[in-house]
Amino acid sequence: MAEKILMIALSPTMEQGTIITWNKKVGDTISSGDIICEVETDKASMEYESIQEGTLLKILVDEGGQAVVGRTIAVIGKKDEDISGLLEQIASEEKEKPGTDTPEEKTKQEKNAAEEDEKPKTSSGGDKKADEPDKPQASQKDVPPPPSDSRPEDPEERVYASPLAREMARQAGLDIVKIPGSGPRGRVVQRDVKEALKRPGEYSQALVAGAHASAVSGQTEEDRRIPISGIRRTIAQRLAASKFSAPHFYLKVNVRGEGLVRARRSLNETLKDTKVSVNAFLIKFAAEALARHRNINAGWTDEAIIEFSSIDIGLAVSVPGGLITPIVRNCGVKGVKAIDDELSALIEKAKNGSLKPGDYSGATFTISNLGSFGIDEFTAIINPPGSAILAVGALKAEPAAAPDGSVQVVQQMALTLSCDHRVIDGAAGAEFLNTLKRFMEDPVQILF
Amino acid sequence: MAVITMREALRQAMDEEMARDPSVFLMGEEVAQYNGAYKVSQGLWEKYGDKRVIDTPITEEGFAGMGIGAAMAGLRPIVEMMTFNFSLMAFDQIINNAAKQRYMSGGQFSLPLVIRGPNGPAEYLGAQHSQALQSLFAHVPGLKVVSPSTPYDAKGLLKTSIRDNDPVIFMEGELSYAWKGEVPEEEYLIPLGKGDIKRKGSDVTLVSFSKPVRYCLEAAEQLASQGIEAEVIDLRSIRPLDEELVYASVRKTNRCVVVDEAWPFASVGSHIGWLVSSQCFDHLDAPVELVSSEDVPMPYNHSLELAAQPSADKIVRAVQKVCYLDPDGKEA
Amino acid sequence: MNGRVKKLGKKLATKLLHDMVLMRRFEEKAGQMYGLKKIGGFCHLYIGQEASAAGSIGALDMKKDYILGAYRDHAYALAAGMTPREIMAELYGKATGCSKGKGGSMHMYSNEKHMFGGNGIVGGQIPVATGVALKIRYMEEDGVVICYFGDGAIHQGAFHESLNLASIHKLPIIYVCENNQYGMGTDFRRVSSVDDFSIMAASYGMEGLQVNGMDVGEVYETFSRTVDEIRHNPSPKLFEVKTYRYRGHSMSDPAKYRTKEELEGYKNQDPILIFLEAMKKEDFITDSAYEKMDKDIKEICEDAVAFAEDSPQPALDELYTDVFAQV
Repeated sequence: MAEKILMIALSPTMEQGTIITWNKKVGDTISSGDIICEVETDKASMEYESIQEGTLLKILVDEGGQAVVGRTIAVIGKKDEDISGLLEQIASEEKEKPGTDTPEEKTKQEKNAAEEDEKPKTSSGGDKKADEPDKPQASQKDVPPPPSDSRPEDPEERVYASPLAREMARQAGLDIVKIPGSGPRGRVVQRDVKEALKRPGEYSQALVAGAHASAVSGQTEEDRRIPISGIRRTIAQRLAASKFSAPHFYLKVNVRGEGLVRARRSLNETLKDTKVSVNAFLIKFAAEALARHRNINAGWTDEAIIEFSSIDIGLAVSVPGGLITPIVRNCGVKGVKAIDDELSALIEKAKNGSLKPGDYSGATFTISNLGSFGIDEFTAIINPPGSAILAVGALKAEPAAAPDGSVQVVQQMALTLSCDHRVIDGAAGAEFLNTLKRFMEDPVQILF
Repeated sequence: MAVITMREALRQAMDEEMARDPSVFLMGEEVAQYNGAYKVSQGLWEKYGDKRVIDTPITEEGFAGMGIGAAMAGLRPIVEMMTFNFSLMAFDQIINNAAKQRYMSGGQFSLPLVIRGPNGPAEYLGAQHSQALQSLFAHVPGLKVVSPSTPYDAKGLLKTSIRDNDPVIFMEGELSYAWKGEVPEEEYLIPLGKGDIKRKGSDVTLVSFSKPVRYCLEAAEQLASQGIEAEVIDLRSIRPLDEELVYASVRKTNRCVVVDEAWPFASVGSHIGWLVSSQCFDHLDAPVELVSSEDVPMPYNHSLELAAQPSADKIVRAVQKVCYLDPDGKEA
Repeated sequence: MNGRVKKLGKKLATKLLHDMVLMRRFEEKAGQMYGLKKIGGFCHLYIGQEASAAGSIGALDMKKDYILGAYRDHAYALAAGMTPREIMAELYGKATGCSKGKGGSMHMYSNEKHMFGGNGIVGGQIPVATGVALKIRYMEEDGVVICYFGDGAIHQGAFHESLNLASIHKLPIIYVCENNQYGMGTDFRRVSSVDDFSIMAASYGMEGLQVNGMDVGEVYETFSRTVDEIRHNPSPKLFEVKTYRYRGHSMSDPAKYRTKEELEGYKNQDPILIFLEAMKKEDFITDSAYEKMDKDIKEICEDAVAFAEDSPQPALDELYTDVFAQV
């Protein structure tokens, strides 16, 4: 007896997912526990582990297609079983509650809703329909394009929050989804957000930071439409919210690099087979400077400025399709080696998409280092709930004036600090940056 | 400052305005020789005579329309409805003529008319004589609707209403005529469309008008003992409505309970609930609550009729609800 | 008829004729424009009833007297001295209309000309007119109010309440029931306890009278005498003016409830026709003079249409004005 394979929620807040790859193809045998496909959720890409067994008979949502939770994405059953009845049933269910979306259909929808009869010109979905020559058209038509904001049926999936609580959480950079609600139906209300604000690190929104503009204009013969991925949408929303609500200002300083290079070389010589990264040093120096300027390790809420008790530094890491900021927690009390070990593990997870929300949410300060890309200097967008982000340029040899007035060639890098003026004034930012410069140029200063 | 009843405050307002302006006159059932069914016009007939204090037959449509015609022609009639229950007989005149003459004539006619009388639930009077009808009038563009809760407000608002060039439906709480309050000797006017904060508070906004304002104040005292400070807004006039006063308060307290002794469906209270929900959306920590009369005709039996109306206890419970507290005041 | 015309004198008779022809031509034009969809909504025409408005309002001094009517109100507005232009523009819903395009066919008003409105609710104007009469009494003026309504309205409570009030206060008002025989499509005899409405006056202790509403001379003479009496000795009256409308109740009424013969019968005693004949007999008017009068009036009506056509639509802002007094 054939069964539907339904899209399931692969994260607590997932309402719909995009199928990135099918690990099984039609005709493959599936055993319980097999990974049948990978799904990109609102947070990360997740593996869909099957609890059903049998032969994969039909794939209804192709790679790149979206499905809301509860929608049928495939059919499983006995080999060569007739599933036409089940497909009809699925088609009529979908008509009532649309919930799948192939990229082609979505494009069509956005392009011109009036062109209802226009068929997708190319699609892997079309290929599948060729498997079923008796009524490929019908199945195409019977599954109407769903609204992109389809809601899941399970009310438990939806977050209830008072408008005030939502607004407070938004301004504080807290993720309303993570805050336990004490009102009716678990509604998050003002008092819950106030409670959460005491420990913002636990409730912060998924973070992406240090984004920089990239001019994408593949204006060749035909514009290419790239579906907005979950991570891309999050980046867009978070950075736009930060840039438009936090008044940014920028402080730039040139830092001589010999001290950092010497310290790193010295440390690495004592280690046998590993090397501590420059980024670990940057995090360590920043943490030491932040420890001496607690007003920089702070965040804005409408009710109060929060000086965070822990120094949690995020590092912007480029990943396929976007960027993410894994966080080294409580850097103030960790040595540079410990920081580096944690950082390596986090970057590894970031690269393979297995970061947990706790790994990337709630940085109190962020570093974005584009030095390895040869960038001289740049400005970055603040990553809430923190109020400052440090943009690090490339270390390079440059002529500089020596104290005696002669010109010498020195190793130098540009640091640009973006500050949220609601929290940090110019003088406070400058004092912090000078401390950081002092530590980087002469690490012994940290001993003070 | 003199302490007088609402009844006396209203009488003073009419007396002063009749003395001030000879075009002001009072007309209605039993207003002259009988001194008014609720004694609001006590002594006016003796003072101003048949010409200016006119007893009418029991023909609400007829004398309401007569007031409208007189107002169109330049007089300033005060038409007393013995109670607003009887004004339903005059609804065509009030809604199709009083409210619309200015508009239909392209602004050629003013309508300086006051239709006043008791309104709202009374005691032991049953379904036809015990009802709050403000929603019916407030629904209609072209009518101003005023409903005070204190003698001070009543006097200042009635004097303003008599001088106003638009038809004013002036609704007095039938059970509040004997309520007392301070009223200054010297003349004063209260503008229409200005609400009054009767009690300051920070935790919840109670919005009401007329008689239930007193229940709100009682509820606020009970709530204060539970640590909740309620702000009590007396709208005083329903049309025009002091929206900004309400919004500013709700944006401060983040919670709102509207108290209106009319029925809940399509009422002034439900309208204010909608306004607050739409204008203060991002400031609300809970849905706006409405404490209204029950959605039934008024019964005669006393315990049933009390149960049909808003009360301080019902208001307290509604406040606890918007504060997410259980009836013991603990976090729910 | 002829003796009465003679008594009116040439000048007054010519004025009454002119007023009736103006009402007739104006409404014919309005009917045409309605057919061309220039005018919308309800449009109740007075054609056939002109002698009533012309004769009664002709007997008033609109400086101190007042009129109020129902929704068949174009002719009252014309007789009160409102211009064909402002009335036609109102029918067009234009900004230059007497009510700025906000009133429409049923709501012609002029505070200045003492036309206190056409009222769209059957009988709704009767208490209001009573209040205007109260004002005259209150201010101790010598004006008179004429309140028009139809045979349909006379059964409304508002009518009976008003007559009682007017009688109590001895108000200077003439209640005029223009009995055009049909309350919308209902023959008045089918829904009335009496077929002479003037006797209803007795219930309220006032004088009642039937008047031939097809004879402008009789209408004028009756009202002239009565108005004069009321000025000196205020008291209300109830007149039933027997008349007939040629058109349906409104433009959407095919008037199937009456026979062609009945209509033709009334058209043979058309108020304009018989008055014109009587005037000719008295040598008050010649055919060529009448033709010129008619031609001039048609030009006036054409001019009113052109004015209405050329007038601007009300600004959208006007939607929100005149709800309340400007503060």
